[in-house]
Amino acid sequence: MSEPVKFHFDVEGDNFSSAGEASVNVKKLLRQLSMDPETIRRVSIAMYEGEINMVIHANGGTADVLLYPDRIRIILADTGPGIADVALAMQEGFSTAKDNVRALGFGAGMGLPNMKRYTDRMEIESEVGKGTTVTMDVFLPGKNA
Amino acid sequence: MTAKELREALALQVLSEPDPDRTVTGGYAGDLLSWVMGRAQSGDAWVTIMTNRNILAVAALADTACVIVAEDSVVEADVTALAVEKGLNLYRSSLTGFDLCCRIGSLLGV
Repeated sequence: MSEPVKFHFDVEGDNFSSAGEASVNVKKLLRQLSMDPETIRRVSIAMYEGEINMVIHANGGTADVLLYPDRIRIILADTGPGIADVALAMQEGFSTAKDNVRALGFGAGMGLPNMKRYTDRMEIESEVGKGTTVTMDVFLPGKNA
Repeated sequence: MTAKELREALALQVLSEPDPDRTVTGGYAGDLLSWVMGRAQSGDAWVTIMTNRNILAVAALADTACVIVAEDSVVEADVTALAVEKGLNLYRSSLTGFDLCCRIGSLLGV
């Protein structure tokens, strides 16, 4: 596989005003690269959900977007509290978000399920007390192996 | 129908209308942002009572045609300014979300 084009973003923790900036920037970049609209939509939604998760739960983290010839890979990494039960966290409606977060319209327990729904492959590596890394792939149209 | 035509037909208050010719193809109602993000379709008129600035990120990423704030829910000036900056149509109405959806459905023939 050839060397991918990379974009790196730092995601600030507990800052709901700037939450989503990295995803909106990625959307713009992909548009400039004339990617197809549905691929852009899937990548930016999955990335936004991950970004919000890092803002809510992990005091921020990093987001890397890698453009391969056949796919777009998103890697979200944080050094937050980790996810104790990944299978439980993947269930729609399950959330550990606090009331102040819910008041903003987040914490519906749809973040991780949406990330899975909008990507072709998702892997979660998480260790309690150490942090979480989520890797997602969205294949480009006609390139889904 | 375009966002502007929808706005005129429903007598919506314009908070931001940088993209009046955007085609409205459907509608979606909801206030839980992740839920909306996962379910709203590109081109939808999104009806909500949420007014924090995160609705703009959701509208931009889900690619909705416009956001309609129901029941005259208060929208802060910085949110309106950000909608203009991001090129997002943002309207407001005194109607309830239910009434807005009924009328949008009737206008779109769904």
